[in-house]
Amino acid sequence: MTTKTSKADQIGEDSLNKVTISCWRHRNILDLDDFSQDEISLVFEIADSMIDILSRKVKKVPTLRGKTIATMFYEPSTRTRSSFEIAAKYLSADTVSLDAAKSSVAKGESLIDSLRTLQALKVDVIIIRHPSSGAPYTAAEHLNIPIINAGDGCHAHPSQGLLDLYTMKRNLGSLKGRKVVIIGDILHSRVARSFIWGTRFFEVNLVLCGPPPLIPEGFKDMIGRLELNHVTVEHNLNKAVLNADVIMPLRIQKERQQSGLIPSIREYVQQYQLDQNRLYKAKPGVLIMHPGPVNEGLEITREVAYSSKSLIEQQVTNGVAIRMALLYLVAGGENK
Amino acid sequence: MTESTQLIKNTRLIDPGQNIDAELDILIINGFISQIGKNIQPVEGVRLIDASGLIASPGFIDLHCHLREPGFEQKETIATGAAAALHGGYTTICCMPNTDPPLDNEATVNYVKITASNTAPYINILPIGCITKKRMGVELADLFELANSGCVGFSDDGNPVSNSRLMFTAMQYISSFGLIVIDHCEDLDLSRGGQMHDGWVAARLGLKGIPAAAEESIVARDIALAEATGVRLHLTHISTKGSVELIRNAKKHGVNVTADVTPHHLTLSHKRIIQKNSDSLSEIAYDTNAKVNPPLRTEEDIEALIDGIKDGTITAVATDHAPHTTEDKACEFDTAASGISGFETSAAVLLSLVHKQKLSLNTLIKCLTTGPASILNQPGISGTLKIDQPADLVLIDPDKDSLITPSMLVSKGKNNPWIGQVLKGMIMATFYHGHIAYINDELRDGK
Repeated sequence: MTTKTSKADQIGEDSLNKVTISCWRHRNILDLDDFSQDEISLVFEIADSMIDILSRKVKKVPTLRGKTIATMFYEPSTRTRSSFEIAAKYLSADTVSLDAAKSSVAKGESLIDSLRTLQALKVDVIIIRHPSSGAPYTAAEHLNIPIINAGDGCHAHPSQGLLDLYTMKRNLGSLKGRKVVIIGDILHSRVARSFIWGTRFFEVNLVLCGPPPLIPEGFKDMIGRLELNHVTVEHNLNKAVLNADVIMPLRIQKERQQSGLIPSIREYVQQYQLDQNRLYKAKPGVLIMHPGPVNEGLEITREVAYSSKSLIEQQVTNGVAIRMALLYLVAGGENK
Repeated sequence: MTESTQLIKNTRLIDPGQNIDAELDILIINGFISQIGKNIQPVEGVRLIDASGLIASPGFIDLHCHLREPGFEQKETIATGAAAALHGGYTTICCMPNTDPPLDNEATVNYVKITASNTAPYINILPIGCITKKRMGVELADLFELANSGCVGFSDDGNPVSNSRLMFTAMQYISSFGLIVIDHCEDLDLSRGGQMHDGWVAARLGLKGIPAAAEESIVARDIALAEATGVRLHLTHISTKGSVELIRNAKKHGVNVTADVTPHHLTLSHKRIIQKNSDSLSEIAYDTNAKVNPPLRTEEDIEALIDGIKDGTITAVATDHAPHTTEDKACEFDTAASGISGFETSAAVLLSLVHKQKLSLNTLIKCLTTGPASILNQPGISGTLKIDQPADLVLIDPDKDSLITPSMLVSKGKNNPWIGQVLKGMIMATFYHGHIAYINDELRDGK
């Protein structure tokens, strides 16, 4: 035990070799579109060490001791917020959490003003979730401290994209030639968008499946314009799941029905629910993922969501490791 | 003799209204064009302006701008908007009625006219009246009263009349005045919540799109209503290829319809929102200065709009000058106000199309002078420099570079997507009734 020093211990001692992080060039984490393959690999390598830490009895390491990390959420969230806060705490950072929806917005304070105040309070990193696409970009333009995007409107959710990709890689090893299907409201999904960017180096065959109003022409045009050659669209779920290695239904928002984009939840369930029958068309060992929270009986049946093939709980654990890795890279201090 | 006699020497006069494009001198006496010709000899006491290398054009006419007064003086006032217009070469501007209170009654129109004559005497400010009371689209404004109080056209601009029956009645009623109905074509159900053009860039940025059909469906409706009522219909800030085709076809069938396009829709595409100055798609800008309604469209739409100008489908360029405060723009993209403060960059932006040989100088100047003048059809607004007409003219250096900065804009609105860029082409002087309403420092100092 004493002879072998794990990467986890190195991180614990805050002495990760500078060379290994030399490819890291981000001040902020806004989306995965500007991540290189090396950077994604680096995040995964550090996340592996974090997984080791998470499996210990005492999970706290002193890496970010003395750092303060603020979460500023303009949208309700339990999972992502607690995942980031727990990640920060396991690294010994202090956390402060602001429920922006209740405080500053109610007083009419602007986004930039609120964030500048946090910066003046000398926090080291701001983690922001906001219902407006692009809000973290506006924030980053006006601030000097690192911003981590924890989800902006329909645009991006980079930590989720990384944890989804990481979970697939840990279970499948190489992703080359694997068929991955995402089902649901692709148009309004920041999870799908970040996942599309994250998977582009891994030679997967990514199939997007949902009704045409939720994967409209503009979205298909984007796939072509940006040469996202690993992505295809299939509106028919029975065809989409054929021989799939991984299937990830997205949470369907009830508002989509209210805004007339789908005729009814009943009809959505008929066409797009992932149930056991549809699973038979996929590869025998197909893996099930879901970004959560799950609407049981809506986009996925309960039996599928909690089957032995489900990675949903692994995704949650991996999410903490990925967020620890991101906080380490952004606030670690070695590479500033 | 005093300043009231001016002689502009050695200019290239382009006056499409008189088919003039030649090196000429222009003599102005007491605010009127007295003589245009070669080698006019200066008389004693004349103010000589050496305009060699400069183009002279009749003063520009803008069919669509927002002066924000009364109600939104933090964004612009009539005085600051007029100053910006003069810096941009405009001597006649038509202001939209979306003020607070809106221009739906004689008293408010009179307020604008009186404030204009007190605070902005060296420019024609022509008000446009509302079609419906408070621009609510429910009941007609007192249109005859508005016509009598000096409105040169009618529009609910950003809140277009959705109710087709009400629009039909408005057009019937207004047709008897001979004035124009100006429509901002937008199906509000199709565009609801939209932030930018509905296409691949919106999909990329996760922003809700405004489909081209939101404009085109109302263009088609308005054309049908204009044909049925005989009103003079003017469609403003047309932005899509489909709209150009609908208008071209309507004109071919004799419908009384005209159209204008803005400098930004002729030069910027929806890609401007994803990339600021670089070609890298990763540098996502979410630049709210490029948020405008109708939204910036595709490269294909831009080509169609330019073709529409070339073949006479579109006969005017209008700025849709829409100043906003910094607070209105320095925020999340979907809460930012729509609009571009465009008076002062209009000429240079349009000249870029001439430099790229997409439009001829003559066609461009036509769209800024006689084109809008004939759409307006108002006495005293001719868009040409005929003898004994008021000397409303502009001197342009088409090749002079200028770096666009917030501080160089005299408009209160610094919301301009060309800030930080160098534009080629500069307004050197603007004359209103012979008065030098704006002159560039270098020209004034005789450099």
